[in-house]
Amino acid sequence: MDLYVILKQTFDTEEKITIEGGEIREDGVKHIINPYDEYAVEEAIRLKERHGGTVTAVSVGPERAAEALRTALAMGADEAVLISDDGIRTDESGVAALLAAYFRDRRFDFILGGYFSVDNGAGQVAVRLARLLGIPHVSAIVKLDVSGDRAVAVRDAEGDSETVELPLPALFTAQQGLNEPRYPSLPGIMKAKKKPFQRLEPGDLGVSAADLAPKTERTLLFAPPKRQAGRMLEGTPNEQAVELVSLLKTEAKFM
Amino acid sequence: MGKRMMVVAETKDGKLRQVSLEALHAAYTLKEEGDEIIAVLPGHGLDAPARELAGHVEGRVITLDHPDLKTYSAEAYYLAFSRLLDEDQPDLVLLGHTAVGRDLAPQLAARLDAGQISDVTALEITDEGALFTRPLFAGKAFEKKRLTGSRGVVTLRPNNLPPAGPVASPAEIVPAGDTVSGTPLQTVIRDIVRKTTGKVDLTEAKVVVSGGRGVKSADGFKPLEELAEVLQGAVGASRGACDAGYCDYALQIGQTGKVVTPELYIACGISGAIQHLAGMSQSRIIIAINKDPEAPIFKIADYGIVGDLFEVVPLLTREFKQTLSRQ
Repeated sequence: MDLYVILKQTFDTEEKITIEGGEIREDGVKHIINPYDEYAVEEAIRLKERHGGTVTAVSVGPERAAEALRTALAMGADEAVLISDDGIRTDESGVAALLAAYFRDRRFDFILGGYFSVDNGAGQVAVRLARLLGIPHVSAIVKLDVSGDRAVAVRDAEGDSETVELPLPALFTAQQGLNEPRYPSLPGIMKAKKKPFQRLEPGDLGVSAADLAPKTERTLLFAPPKRQAGRMLEGTPNEQAVELVSLLKTEAKFM
Repeated sequence: MGKRMMVVAETKDGKLRQVSLEALHAAYTLKEEGDEIIAVLPGHGLDAPARELAGHVEGRVITLDHPDLKTYSAEAYYLAFSRLLDEDQPDLVLLGHTAVGRDLAPQLAARLDAGQISDVTALEITDEGALFTRPLFAGKAFEKKRLTGSRGVVTLRPNNLPPAGPVASPAEIVPAGDTVSGTPLQTVIRDIVRKTTGKVDLTEAKVVVSGGRGVKSADGFKPLEELAEVLQGAVGASRGACDAGYCDYALQIGQTGKVVTPELYIACGISGAIQHLAGMSQSRIIIAINKDPEAPIFKIADYGIVGDLFEVVPLLTREFKQTLSRQ
């Protein structure tokens, strides 16, 4: 089977965000594979282990994203592709267009990605890609099985579970609970260094700057209003409960 | 000629969702002289919710009523909407940032070759045009964005905009032609396990009662559920509680998981890791109950109680019950 994972490198979720000169500061920030994409990497490797095939991890991003791809290789992916967006102004529509250009003449059974990224959080690229490629997709999956040329996925729909059957090739986005991603092993890390790693520019995929022109634009970046610590309630638990409900009504205008 | 705005409404358990009226409010806010608003309601058995929706719309309500649209399916919904988009050529499509909206919106954006701004929490009209505020890193930062192309898709986070009010004369309800039956569907929904019927959706809830590692077990969530029920709210959880297996990941609030902005957030036995705070710190009122007086959650809480949640939460439930019954 030809298994592909689309992944993004993001800030570690424990990182604080600092805004400097209208940009988010990147100095000294720890980067990781977007946690939702990491589930996708793990699921692709498990599908390979059960059914055979190769796993290719593909990312659109700056040079530093190579590290996230190397982590995917160390986990067990076989090949990596970094499509450089260095110096390109684009948005989700452009990233989807780049990926669509990469996949257009390629044979694949599965494309797996994350439900959304924990940085930008727009949740657009994977679904746009499925549409541009004209293949079926299922979002927010928590279980995936294959039988022959069909897949059965269980998706999370705001807490409800839906079991969906569809033909391959298809695209899936991973929700939390799909699996427990493995840590790269030391031999895995050593082997990763010898695995094929391809670097592509948009031009290599026949995509021009005009094709990538953003359809949205940021006009302002700002920090959320800081919350102040409020009041600590005193007394017995019973007194605290009575006072709290009373304060909610009179002071906080709740109810 | 003015813009044509399409609001995609949604039902849950056969009822119109509040977020759909919020999306409609956004459309009215953006409406200029000569603009037209169309509300579209997909689903099955839509008479009652369509009538309710029509009572808030000046313009047209289009229903897409088909058995295959009863439960959201990416493929069936795309099929139903693509003809509508081709015929009506909307300049702007507005949806709730719900499970359905999150999946349908990028499909519509791809079809329209449009830009999309997701998870919008506020909007304003300025000299630069309409600006949409949205979170980055689940709320650790925010950005304002605008659409630069001729077409756009916007999804709106539940609970952040007021709902559109009723209109003097309800809109006409126009059923759209059947665009689903003609094409055999590739994706088939085999089974649905409803775990949320009758429950308040976490992202739409006005009150969220949330548990962390301090809840100690799956059973430990019971007092939280009782409190949530009294307040007609929903139960959430921290990553710690989910990782420990006390509850389903569907309840997780944080940078991984869901972002919630209720009127009232009650954090029980949650220490307040930065990735959790990102998911809830935009709530209007925050209450923290924790044994550890040094827990970081107290730094952002409006009211804090240092104590055992198993003692405090039932007392709160009793107190809320009494206060609400007196009203």
